[in-house]
Amino acid sequence: MSFFEFVSVYWPRLLTGTGITVAQFFLSAIFAVLLSLAFGLMKMSSNRAVKGFAVTYIEIFRGTSLLVQLYWIFFVLPLFGVTLEKFTAGYVAIAMNTGAYGAELVRGGILAVPKGQWEAATAINMSPAKRMWRIILPQALVNMLPPWGNLMIEVLKGTALVSLISVADLMFQAKQINASTYLSAQIFGTALIIYYILARFMLTPFMRWLEAFMSRKLGKA
Amino acid sequence: MFDWLFTDDWFPKFDWRWDFAWEILPRLLEATLNTLIAAAAGYLIALVVGLFLALAQRTNYRTVTFAVREFVEFVRSTPLLLQIFFIFYVGPQFGVTLSPWVSGMIAIGLHYSCYLSEVYRGGIESVPKGQWEAATALNMSTLQTYKRVVIPQAIPPAIAGLGNYLVGIFKDTPMLSVIGVAELIHTANAIGSETWRYLEAYTMVGIIFLVLSLPAAGLIRAFEGFVRRKLGM
Amino acid sequence: MEDMSAFPLEITGEDVPMVSFRKVRKAYGSLVVLDNLDLDVAAGEMVTIIGPSGSGKTTVLRMLMTLEQINGGVIYVDGQPLTHMSKGGTLVPANQRHLRKRRADIGMCFQHFNLFPHMTALENCMEGPVQVLGLPKAEARARSEELLELVGMIDKKDQHPSRLSGGQQQRVAIARALAMRPKVMLFDEVTSALDPEVIGEVTNVIRKLVSEHNLTMLMVTHQMGFARDISDRVCFFYDGKIEEQGKPADLFGNPKRERTQQFLSAVKEAV
Repeated sequence: MSFFEFVSVYWPRLLTGTGITVAQFFLSAIFAVLLSLAFGLMKMSSNRAVKGFAVTYIEIFRGTSLLVQLYWIFFVLPLFGVTLEKFTAGYVAIAMNTGAYGAELVRGGILAVPKGQWEAATAINMSPAKRMWRIILPQALVNMLPPWGNLMIEVLKGTALVSLISVADLMFQAKQINASTYLSAQIFGTALIIYYILARFMLTPFMRWLEAFMSRKLGKA
Repeated sequence: MFDWLFTDDWFPKFDWRWDFAWEILPRLLEATLNTLIAAAAGYLIALVVGLFLALAQRTNYRTVTFAVREFVEFVRSTPLLLQIFFIFYVGPQFGVTLSPWVSGMIAIGLHYSCYLSEVYRGGIESVPKGQWEAATALNMSTLQTYKRVVIPQAIPPAIAGLGNYLVGIFKDTPMLSVIGVAELIHTANAIGSETWRYLEAYTMVGIIFLVLSLPAAGLIRAFEGFVRRKLGM
Repeated sequence: MEDMSAFPLEITGEDVPMVSFRKVRKAYGSLVVLDNLDLDVAAGEMVTIIGPSGSGKTTVLRMLMTLEQINGGVIYVDGQPLTHMSKGGTLVPANQRHLRKRRADIGMCFQHFNLFPHMTALENCMEGPVQVLGLPKAEARARSEELLELVGMIDKKDQHPSRLSGGQQQRVAIARALAMRPKVMLFDEVTSALDPEVIGEVTNVIRKLVSEHNLTMLMVTHQMGFARDISDRVCFFYDGKIEEQGKPADLFGNPKRERTQQFLSAVKEAV
């Protein structure tokens, strides 16, 4: 079977798989950003309970594997009465894992904002919340966007793991097609290329654009 | 989905059985050893191959530099899980059958060599231009310059990155379970399917990972300090 | 393509200059840094290059150390082409092997010292002799210790650069360069990065070299007093060309060109 024939037979399954992968990516990314912001700010809290909670979350999710977290959420949480549907369990695990890494990026980005900016905001009598939202976070965002680009690639790659709890993403479809055809080079090769296109020609350019856009917005470029 | 919070019989649902945990502990410890071996072997491959990938990107041959650069980008932007499948299944298609361990080590070693090549590159680029010029002024060859001047100085700033990826490779070894490498998750899966009990095995696997990777950050920092002192920097 | 027939395969005869720049040109893209530079330095001569920043004076030393490629002309060292090699009766650009052979005649000290931070002072000095010249360790050590003695750094020989002051680091750097026994020594603004109070310890070492050793030296400096004291000849660079050159007493005492006068009076005012 030529490669062309191969693609013409299997493209619908690859396409739906890619759709699921993209959906998993977007849901994971959105929740990861929210979790990162929340836990990054909580880790900087002066309240020890809040800070302790954030540190515990971050250390647990950075100290164990995404796959272990995924299995735990999917197989063990039901024993506690929390049953997540596999599709949900997938992006929840990825988001929680990524959120732990992202929280450190948020914290680092905020700490990199010069002390003078905090002082200037205080000097015009801004409330702490307003100071964070209006003055510090926008600058922190520009600081941390480049590493977020890498983290987003990790999110995309992480979505492949949801195939292991039978979410029918691109990876899952590739495995299924391989099991029925044994055309391993064709199917896994095609899947690799699709992931590469998503990462290199869609995600990375978007993050670059976002970086440029944000710096322009802040008058840095 | 939070109904269980409002019933009064939620506690038994934890249903943690110490005797069962105790019973499966030896199997999990053995699997831990396998996990550590897999991580160490993969890391060794990555350390060596990564250095070559980094140096290859510094040659004057544009085609080599370009090809290696693209290869690194490709490997870094595609899932390790898929790469593991690719290497495990594509071999037999062309008559080369690799054992799960061998293909697993190749996949994980190659994947991380691309990350490590970036760490090496960063380390090499952190060596000031003046050091290269001083080596030229002493009439050193390129090889001598790398060996005696650049690499020793590139290592300390690279240690943090190298260490983080050692922890990273350790945490990625569970993916090898999909091709049957008997590491922690593979063993936990097996226990789960034999006994229909998932709570203890998966939780213990999580704790083992946590216990082994939490001290790593401190150890890496200490090691970096040690190397810097040793080099007098 | 440049016509290389205008350049001899080697310089022979009496009084062969130790260093000879012949019609040397250096440009970065469209920016010409040095144009048609002709400069001969006799064996044992101390030539100082002064001039405003951006006049190309540091580039002269860096080209001679082969840290920068030249875009035209030829540089000869001790009569032999440095930047080129003869092939089939004509000069072609030098390859790495030729450069390594010819570079052995030249040593250089940098503005920022560029000592190897992971080696002690002594190890810095021994590195070249052992690794490049292939001397036995004992011999390299004896030679290095002798030179560290000369620059007054023998009691700090086991210290790493991070433990040394700028002046001390620069003196070690001088010893390191001398340990290779070069015929030509280049000093590129060696006091510019130093605190004022330690400049003297470095200039004194260079004075000692001038009076006691028969080295050919080229120096770029901003210290006019030092240049005047020590040089056999001073070259004033302006805009990529030698605007004026002569004995220090003449150039500093009685500059002929207007630009030289302007530069010297501007420098005087700054002091």
